[in-house]
Amino acid sequence: MTAKKSVSISIAGAGGAGAMTAGDILLQAAGKSGWYGIMNRSVGPQIRGGEAAALLRLANHPVECMSDGFDLLIAIDWKNANRFAAEMPLKPTGLVIADPSAGEVPDAITAYGAEVVEVEIKKLAKAIPGGRENMISAGLAAGFIGLSEDYLMEIISAKLARKGEEAVEASRLCLEAGMKAAANIARNFEIGAADMKNKGRWLITGNEAVGLGAIRGGVRYAAAYPITPATEILEWLSPALAKIGGALVQAEDELSSINMAIGASYGGRPSITATSGPGLSLMMEALGLAAAAEVPVVVVDVMRCGPSTGIATKSEQSDLNIAVYGFHGDAPHVVCAPLSVADCLYTGQWAVHLAEAMQVPVIVLSDQSLGQANVLMKRPVNLSFLANRKVYKEQSEEPYMRYTITADGVSPMAIPGTPGGQYTADGLTHSVRGTPSTQRSDQEDQMDKRNRKVVDFDYGIHWGQVSGDGKKTVILTWGSMTAPAKEAIRTLKSEGVDVKLVAMRLISPFPKDDLLDALKGAKRTLIVEQTHAGQFHSYLRANCDLPGELRQFHRPGPHLISASEITSQIRDWVKS
Amino acid sequence: MNVPANAFTNKDFTSDIKPVWCPGCGDFHVLLSITKALAALGRPPENIAVISGIGCSSRIPAYTNCYGFHGVHGRSLALAAGLKVARDDLTVIVMGGDGDGFSIGGNHFLHACRRNIDMTYIVMDNRVYGMTKGQPSPTTEPDWDSALSPGGSGLNPFQPLVIALASGANFVAREFSGNIKACTQTIKEAVEHPGFSFVEILSPCVTFRPDQKEWKKQTHTAGVEATDDPARAARRIMTDDGMNTGILYRGTRAPFKTKVAETFGDISALEQDFEI
Repeated sequence: MTAKKSVSISIAGAGGAGAMTAGDILLQAAGKSGWYGIMNRSVGPQIRGGEAAALLRLANHPVECMSDGFDLLIAIDWKNANRFAAEMPLKPTGLVIADPSAGEVPDAITAYGAEVVEVEIKKLAKAIPGGRENMISAGLAAGFIGLSEDYLMEIISAKLARKGEEAVEASRLCLEAGMKAAANIARNFEIGAADMKNKGRWLITGNEAVGLGAIRGGVRYAAAYPITPATEILEWLSPALAKIGGALVQAEDELSSINMAIGASYGGRPSITATSGPGLSLMMEALGLAAAAEVPVVVVDVMRCGPSTGIATKSEQSDLNIAVYGFHGDAPHVVCAPLSVADCLYTGQWAVHLAEAMQVPVIVLSDQSLGQANVLMKRPVNLSFLANRKVYKEQSEEPYMRYTITADGVSPMAIPGTPGGQYTADGLTHSVRGTPSTQRSDQEDQMDKRNRKVVDFDYGIHWGQVSGDGKKTVILTWGSMTAPAKEAIRTLKSEGVDVKLVAMRLISPFPKDDLLDALKGAKRTLIVEQTHAGQFHSYLRANCDLPGELRQFHRPGPHLISASEITSQIRDWVKS
Repeated sequence: MNVPANAFTNKDFTSDIKPVWCPGCGDFHVLLSITKALAALGRPPENIAVISGIGCSSRIPAYTNCYGFHGVHGRSLALAAGLKVARDDLTVIVMGGDGDGFSIGGNHFLHACRRNIDMTYIVMDNRVYGMTKGQPSPTTEPDWDSALSPGGSGLNPFQPLVIALASGANFVAREFSGNIKACTQTIKEAVEHPGFSFVEILSPCVTFRPDQKEWKKQTHTAGVEATDDPARAARRIMTDDGMNTGILYRGTRAPFKTKVAETFGDISALEQDFEI
């Protein structure tokens, strides 16, 4: 086994300069080479133009988050570089490729102390008929990391097939010019041998993965209202559902989209919608209806900075409270969260399974950092989680009781069209038959039954992830913060500090026994989350007595909590 | 008359649950009309879904023997849209009141007309919020006095038929609840007409609007054939006195196409898109 190695590259330029395209091509070619990788985009609020940077990390081992520092910055120009500088910290050992025609390298960049080398990117592009600066940049990056030109050309040829051979040839010449320029600079960032034994790679975003997971789980209907950063789920689902005989309908607002999904599910089709914080706020009333009327439905909330409109393009974990507590009345439901971009596939599929098995609303808390990141992952296996709703099948002598009291709380659901199964689904407190009721016994019995469904369900090993060699020192986190926590634990291990990771995929109902079991022997637990208020910490403390000494590390977006921040929290604590 | 042995009667579509409505409420007549219309349509009750929101009239699904969904306030059209797209084989009928449909659900009303999904929307309009004991609704007269708006709201009433037509509804009609024969026939035709059919039924609230007892005398049949010309229909419904009953517009617009299939294709083709 070769040593684990990763290289982080950022390509920056004004919107329209093609930095994203260059990043996409590098990422795909890296996949062909058997490498792994992740790409994030940093874009401003402008719809077109403004600033843009492709942030890439390529490696010979699976990577789940960006690294703390960049090795290589290729700047097509310096427009808005000051805004970006904090988001792409350069390692002191890093390298900056700057075009002298773009003017002085900004202070915010030179402050990192990385070497600056000038390459006349624009001039090189101009010398080639139809040449483009972003392809020169891709060539530079490929040269430094040792990416094969053949793989790059395979991707480019497919991408530019419609534009004709001249465009492909111009790109080839640009790549070669870039690679040649890199060869003349006495630095290299080679990633080294790829994992060729398991070469099959998928390139997928978290938003696409959650959509695919839902379809794998059995979803055949989606309702949509666009919102950043969740729209890509819906845009992926629309043609995907059409291809397999399902359907997506664009609604007039989120009040409508959630009700459409509930209506379709009542009709017997596993259903989903996706949104972000503002949309989730609008959906809460209908989610309460789904809980009371016992209609399965999945809502994916791709969280962004809040409150209110907040920062639509940046990540946060601050919808935890609304997802857990946002219902009026007591409304048992499930909240779960993917632990990485690749895990969006797994959690998306699991969520459908849970919703259907328990006839409850399930809220999936993804976020912008997962949803809009593009990863190269191992080709995933299919899972056995499938939509399996307990349905009323035949007419019998006994009259059908939709909300009959059962041991596990789940009652057979009649699907419209089934003779003898007619009932009225209702948000009013109802009797076992579904008839509106104001009786104390109906209120209590139905509440007990709905609670039992969720609390007694066997979530198995899927409630969370426990890893690492430590016993006494623990990082306790959830959702997207799992990846930087794991990276911090690897760094700490190399320094001789063993730390255990406990990451929660199941948020609600609270997996108390599993969590306390995982925390057995813990002396120091650091609770990590991307919120201003420490919502996760409060939620944990409200639900159990955590062992040992506790500390919390939390701050809001827009900048993601990095592995190095978590590392230094533990380092300082262990030292003291 | 030659009646087939398996024919339905309105009793086959009526449940044993006693309505919460006040004695004399117009909604009793609407319930009778809808069950008669369903019997006349000849489809079994399990293939019909009655969807509603919140309010006195929205209680109606449980009083039928069909599948029903009594949802949250104002969102019945969205629930129904999801159901009909997912289950094109079902007959979907949405029922509710003027507050539910035109105030809190107003935006969904516009878009349901626009979307033109093949379903029927029946609004039992009594120009008042009855369940909350007498507040002005969007169709209430501007000078109607109440505790919440003493002296009247001063607002012009919402014109449901005009809005429905302008928004793209494919069938527009008005009836009076007391005329059971006409209501039954219009509901039947509304269900049979492709696309989104809208029927406003003037249904008196005898408790908070005793003045509406006069509706029996004030309503009158339009006495005209339904037109498929929206301009003619618009002129007709914009200039009438709001008491004009009958089928006023019968459009020819093709209904919404998207629907979920009976069986599903292989998903491996979707997964191939992610292969590198």
